[in-house]
Amino acid sequence: MTATHSLAAEDLTLAYGERTVIEGLDLLVPPGRITAVVGANACGKSTLLRSMSRLLAPRSGRVLLDGKAVHRLPAKELARTLGLLPQSPIAPEGITVADLVGRGRHPHQRVFSRWSKEDDAAVAAALDATETTPLADRAVDELSGGQRQRVWIAMALAQQTDLLLLDEPTTFLDVAHQIEVLDLLTDLNRTRGTTIVMVLHDLNLAARYADHLVALSGGQIHAAGTPEDVLTEECVRAVFGLDSQVIVDPTSGKPLMLPMGRHHTAPRADVLQGTSGS
Amino acid sequence: MTSVLATPAPDAAVVRRPGPVRFLWLLVVVGLLVALMALSVAVGSRGVGWSDIVAALGGSTENIGQAAVTKRIPRTVLAVVVGAALGLSGAVMQGVTRNPLADPGVLGINMGASLAVVAGIAWFGLFSATSIVWTAIVGAAVAAVFVYAVGSLGRGGATPLKLALAGAATSAALTSFITAVALPRGDIVENVVSWEIGGVGGATFAGIGTVAPFLLVGLVISLLSARSLNSLALGDELAAGLGERVALARGVAALGSVLLCGAATAVAGPIGFVGLVVPHLCRLLVGVDHRWLLPFSAIAGACLLTGADVLGRIVARPTELDVGILTAIIGAPFFIAIVRRQKVREL
Repeated sequence: MTATHSLAAEDLTLAYGERTVIEGLDLLVPPGRITAVVGANACGKSTLLRSMSRLLAPRSGRVLLDGKAVHRLPAKELARTLGLLPQSPIAPEGITVADLVGRGRHPHQRVFSRWSKEDDAAVAAALDATETTPLADRAVDELSGGQRQRVWIAMALAQQTDLLLLDEPTTFLDVAHQIEVLDLLTDLNRTRGTTIVMVLHDLNLAARYADHLVALSGGQIHAAGTPEDVLTEECVRAVFGLDSQVIVDPTSGKPLMLPMGRHHTAPRADVLQGTSGS
Repeated sequence: MTSVLATPAPDAAVVRRPGPVRFLWLLVVVGLLVALMALSVAVGSRGVGWSDIVAALGGSTENIGQAAVTKRIPRTVLAVVVGAALGLSGAVMQGVTRNPLADPGVLGINMGASLAVVAGIAWFGLFSATSIVWTAIVGAAVAAVFVYAVGSLGRGGATPLKLALAGAATSAALTSFITAVALPRGDIVENVVSWEIGGVGGATFAGIGTVAPFLLVGLVISLLSARSLNSLALGDELAAGLGERVALARGVAALGSVLLCGAATAVAGPIGFVGLVVPHLCRLLVGVDHRWLLPFSAIAGACLLTGADVLGRIVARPTELDVGILTAIIGAPFFIAIVRRQKVREL
């Protein structure tokens, strides 16, 4: 297990120009665990992630990594501890998988230093962990969406950070590839002890894969804690304005949210005799 | 999934892109450059025998043939130096702006340098070679900032086409300004016109010596930016996540690029399209890694300009075609091809 780092936000206020997105937010990321941030569209999930990786300077408050403000740390030093995978990263046209993954080594290199054995080993291990070694010489443009996402995660792995922030790592992936990516991140967390913070759209996948669930609403944390504590019918109503039923997921034992719209919410009598929900 | 803790694989080197292929291409372009340089010394509007060429290379100027060859030596050196500067400058500019259409000519930066020099000569009696180089670099920098600012206006930031349009419009305006500045001055207009087309014909070692320090600094800055450009190519967010100080990296690389094209323009006039064509061809040969792409673009740029200069001496015998005209003839269709490609997207 690697050393655990603490990441926290203290009275954080974030804004784009006049528009305040996050206001007075306090957050403690549990070290060595998987944290998922959920919330409605435009509630500031990505903004929070951007600020925690210091892409966005806070209007007020601080983001602390091991007690030090991230916005004051040297850029490369921070990048050796904390990695970020943005939502839709761009691959330069024609770049090969090995070359792209190798660029994750940037924070470990100096201007004059040559490509080292450690760099080679880190890239090889990252390709191996994401099962992309056979793709190493392929152009990234040619890959399928799922393969491409694994390559991006490989790049983040090559950076060898103890903390990894991911902005919607499963967007644009079909359900099988979503599970594949989340399994991969869980492997990473369990074998290396990497602390993972990810923004996820799918509440049920978030509840299943996260140890710690953070629900954002209106620039504030509405609830944070175990999935069982956070994913409740009241919480879904407050955060998403949606009626729902939360049951125990028979597969994982975690909470499972069943949304209730205006249609198709009366169970068929022949399936569930007399146990109508609404 | 295999364990993430996997110890370094013994065959780690296998996953790297094959170096030998790129090394082979390096030998090819260096060989090509040497051949073109030899050709540039040997071929001209006046035919000269081998014995005179060898004698001239040894420093002799006993007859007209040897004297002609002696004049071709600095010209060849200048073509190599300016070509390398423009090729490298274009590659850096494309990396900084993540724009496949970026080029000192297309973006109007060479014209900015030109206008500064012409205005300096016409209005301020600019005379010393060093002050002309400084003026050209300042003009190039001002034009670069202006075009980038105009191209970034509106939605979506500096997209390839918007930037190219801003550059073309700025270029056209600057060209008119140059004419307006030069026309009333009968004493300088002829010089300005021939310089404005861009050429290496009047090369002297003294002139090359004046710009050499600027080009050298630009070269060093540009080559040292290779790794930053590799990070910037992944987009600003990811680059920042990798520990790159995005604005600083972009500024430093742009400075190197502007030094190169400004100094090149000061000594050879605004030569277009070298910086556009060369990096694209080099990407096909060695891929998108700037640590290879940048030196390659420099060498290939030298090849292109030296070759174009030799061609210009052959096709229009007994006179010569300025190299700026030839690069435009080669580059314009290329520019159209890039624009017309289905995906004009950010690099």
